[in-house]
Amino acid sequence: MAGRIDVRKTYKLFIGGAFPRSESGYSYVVNDAKGQFMANASLASRKDGRDAVVAARKAFGGWSARTAYNRAQILYRIAEVMEDRRPQFVDAVFRSEGGSVARANKVVDEAIDRLVWYAGWADKITQVVGGANPVAGPFFNLSSPEPTGVVAVLAPQESSLLGLVSVVAPAITTGNTVVVVSSHERPLPAVTFAEVLATSDVPGGVVNILTGSAATVGPWLAAHMDVNAIDLTGIAGDADLARNLEIAAADNLKRVRRAPAAEPDWSQDPGTSAMTWLLETKTVWHPIGL
Amino acid sequence: MSNPFSYAPALESRGIVNLQPSYGLFINGEFVDGAGSSFKTINPATEEVLAEVSEADAADVDKAVKAARRAHTRVWGKMPGRERAKYLYRIARIIQERGRELAVLETLDNGKPIKEARDVDVPIVAAHFFYYAGWADKLEHSGFGTRSLGVAAQVIPWNFPLLMLAWKIAPALAAGNTVVLKPAETTPLTALLFAEICQQADLPAGVVNIVTGAGATGQALIAHEDVDKVAFTGSTEVGKAIARVVAGTEKRVTLELGGKAANIVFDDAPLDQAIEGIVNGIFFNQGHVCCAGSRLLVQESVADEVLERLKSRMTSLRVGDPLDKNTDIGAINSAEQLARIRELAEIGETETGGGRWSPACELPSQGFWFPPTVFTGVTQAHRIAREEIFGPVLSVLTFRTPTEAVEKANNTPYGLSAGIWTEKGSRILWMADQLRAGVVWANTFNKFDPTSPFGGYKESGYGREGGRHGLEGYLKGAE
Amino acid sequence: MTDTSTTTAAAAYDDVTSSDSTLRRFLHGLPGVDQVGAEARAASLGTRSIKTSAKEFAIDLAIRMVDLTTLEGADTVGKVTALANKAMRPDPADPSCPQAAAVCVYPDMVATAKQVLSSSGIKVAAVATAFPSGRAAMDIKLADTRDAVEAGADEIDMVIDRGAFLSGRYLQVFEEIQAVKQACGQAHLKVIFETGELQTYDNVRRVSWLAMLAGADFIKTSTGKVQPAATLPVTLVMLEAVRDFRAATGQMVGVKPAGGIRNTKEAIKYLVMVNEVAGSDWLDPDWFRFGASSLLNDLLMQRTKMQTGRYSGPDYFTLD
Repeated sequence: MAGRIDVRKTYKLFIGGAFPRSESGYSYVVNDAKGQFMANASLASRKDGRDAVVAARKAFGGWSARTAYNRAQILYRIAEVMEDRRPQFVDAVFRSEGGSVARANKVVDEAIDRLVWYAGWADKITQVVGGANPVAGPFFNLSSPEPTGVVAVLAPQESSLLGLVSVVAPAITTGNTVVVVSSHERPLPAVTFAEVLATSDVPGGVVNILTGSAATVGPWLAAHMDVNAIDLTGIAGDADLARNLEIAAADNLKRVRRAPAAEPDWSQDPGTSAMTWLLETKTVWHPIGL
Repeated sequence: MSNPFSYAPALESRGIVNLQPSYGLFINGEFVDGAGSSFKTINPATEEVLAEVSEADAADVDKAVKAARRAHTRVWGKMPGRERAKYLYRIARIIQERGRELAVLETLDNGKPIKEARDVDVPIVAAHFFYYAGWADKLEHSGFGTRSLGVAAQVIPWNFPLLMLAWKIAPALAAGNTVVLKPAETTPLTALLFAEICQQADLPAGVVNIVTGAGATGQALIAHEDVDKVAFTGSTEVGKAIARVVAGTEKRVTLELGGKAANIVFDDAPLDQAIEGIVNGIFFNQGHVCCAGSRLLVQESVADEVLERLKSRMTSLRVGDPLDKNTDIGAINSAEQLARIRELAEIGETETGGGRWSPACELPSQGFWFPPTVFTGVTQAHRIAREEIFGPVLSVLTFRTPTEAVEKANNTPYGLSAGIWTEKGSRILWMADQLRAGVVWANTFNKFDPTSPFGGYKESGYGREGGRHGLEGYLKGAE
Repeated sequence: MTDTSTTTAAAAYDDVTSSDSTLRRFLHGLPGVDQVGAEARAASLGTRSIKTSAKEFAIDLAIRMVDLTTLEGADTVGKVTALANKAMRPDPADPSCPQAAAVCVYPDMVATAKQVLSSSGIKVAAVATAFPSGRAAMDIKLADTRDAVEAGADEIDMVIDRGAFLSGRYLQVFEEIQAVKQACGQAHLKVIFETGELQTYDNVRRVSWLAMLAGADFIKTSTGKVQPAATLPVTLVMLEAVRDFRAATGQMVGVKPAGGIRNTKEAIKYLVMVNEVAGSDWLDPDWFRFGASSLLNDLLMQRTKMQTGRYSGPDYFTLD
């Protein structure tokens, strides 16, 4: 490629279906796994966090009201479009996370497969966790799970694609909308993922992706009174920050997924708990009579 | 003209209750004196002192947690589920056998009408133990695995003292945990009688421990580093404080907190049943109910008629001696709660410009009393429409369309329960879908059942109690 | 609550009863009744504990409300005479015991009952209109009614055409009641719904309004020949109807549960319900009756128990 000057991309945020620059105007340098300059990414500010929450809230009513079948279709569509852009993801993962190309291929495969897996859950989780309750009286009584609302997700720092998909997909397949703060040092796969979302029938605002620092934006999201739940996975190992965010989250009793001591192995079977903590059980009673 | 058919007093006998002058703590299967001071528990209907009760300090709490830990490690945690089940069945049976005694004691200590303690609280308590007894040897089918958490710290409120105890202890024990439970300081007596029932059932020592006391005791309990689980029912304010205390720990938490439920009446409602539902929604247990239907949202076209019928119905409510079997509304649980209700009622009076109404009713001179009260002309902006009053005070608001009803109903940081009254099936389902609340009662209200999960959205807490869902908070999860 | 005269009240609903479709629209526009809620309310009222002075009051009131009834193919002059005597002196041993409200018989027994009761103040009620099924031509039903009235009946207990009601021919039912009312002359008209055949509480509420609009003085649950007969929740719905009718028109209508009420405990539950649902104005034989036979003896036994402090036995009370 000697002689040609490559076109460098400036990575932007993904809020409400659009790709704005950070409101603050700040960006930061993203290096690859070898420490070489890769790109500039927008550095999300608290106000970007605020805008993203507004967008997620706005999208929540429509997204949660979609049929589960429709959500399943859209998640599957995301997987299809990712498959289509496999090479780009492989490249992003390889450059961000290092390792071998073979490893990057495997990660991308798993990320896509995980999306397909979660797509299938959209119209099954209700039957698995809900059901009729045999109350001792003449009443029809049914418990069904409903999405808790707007979820702030501090995405894993190391697993920039598979980890990201593993925390975002369970939230949206169950009807929640999310504001996700990507891996700070490895935001590229997240931005590429945003570009996939933008072309996969996912309504604007359902997933909002902020590149930047979980430690900077996290506290604002944890304290935000219009956020219903927060996933602290992305600050794994930072017990002090995790504790502080959990304390802030208590202000409106957010559902909290605590920060683990170390980032989990994302290749493991995720089980259902990544979905169920974001579900509220609603129980409806009605008399049975003539 | 006075009614010729005036019901003569029909007092339930207190004789069945054997009150002791003082009570200790129940730790490791025995009643022991606390190291701290003691406090008095009174009958809120008369202000009579019922007993002196030990106030557990941090050292007492530590002893109780240690006893629970030992019992979990050595006995309960490894006992086969079917054996645990039989202990729970035993307890359930004894509760039924001693049902009247428990009901009378609950009424004495809490102030609730005997008819509610007898017909609602105690039967559901027994049913709850029966229900979870059956889960103890079926945990592998629960979806949450079979591994217990360990020691559960449980703090419960004064509005349904024994019922909340059952909601906490039954699932915890079924799942193989041991517990340290702190009853509310104004209503410790039925929990202590329950301790006696545990002895009667030969429940292994330390599986259930009861520490009485006030806020400090509760704090010591939830903050204790050797508890694995915190379960709390009470105010949202305290719930938030607990969430902060457990932040950064491994402790699992379930919180069942406040509410400001909308009870929504459409113009095509079954009106007579709706009126009963409104009355039951806000006056049941003196309105000391987290899921009380404290905001009546009534469609404008029938607002006058509903209000007129409601007022007429309220005149037949009988307020008075909780031990009288004909009493519908008993005493407010404490002077403190009465002051809170009075304060908010006065604010409501100012806010609504005199929209306050109560039927004529003679209140006893001793004890803590508040008449059933309705506020009309309330808007969403008023404090009495936003804050949980936790008393027999109803705020009436109107709406024009189903969408407006949903918007108003959901316009609150709480999300515990809601009511819908309409004869149109599809509208019920639409409304139920839209309402952000953990329990939705359609054409009924304030119904509870051990098989039916209960718990809130948003600031009404997290986790569910009751049903299969109620086990989740006491098991480690699928293996 | 405004006090409107009968004529104004009827006039206000003229448009409602002008055609089958307006009548249907009105009846189907009444608030629905949720079965579970209504039954829970009735059960809850049934838990009232009526003791001592209140119980004494209730027992005497219940005795005064009894329509002592015999409606058998085997009825004879002897049987009706005995029953009428019982109504006058329910407890021969105790002159302070009140009389029953009425004796209820078939039309052909009216004269006998009337003769025995003469100046006692106890009413004679006759079931008419081809009781209990009501399956006869209109002129026969009217003749049946006139026959009873001419024999001296103070009250007529008619049955509605349940077939017509269930098939939605509301105006026909309305007009039949009006016609029987006219045939009653001065006699009071009780309209029997046979709620056991109407099945739903919605139907009970609708038929209650239909009968009241047509001029019923009393609305009555059952013939006693069909199960279930009177129940607390059915009576609750009817009490709500008379309460609402009074609020709307100023007119009071009486309620009579009949059949299946056998003991004092049950009767007192009804009285509590009357008191708390319709109001104390209905606590009067003019506005509430029990259609019963064996109930009276249980009331008497309980009355004796209240007075003597010991339990009595059936041997101490007369059979009829």
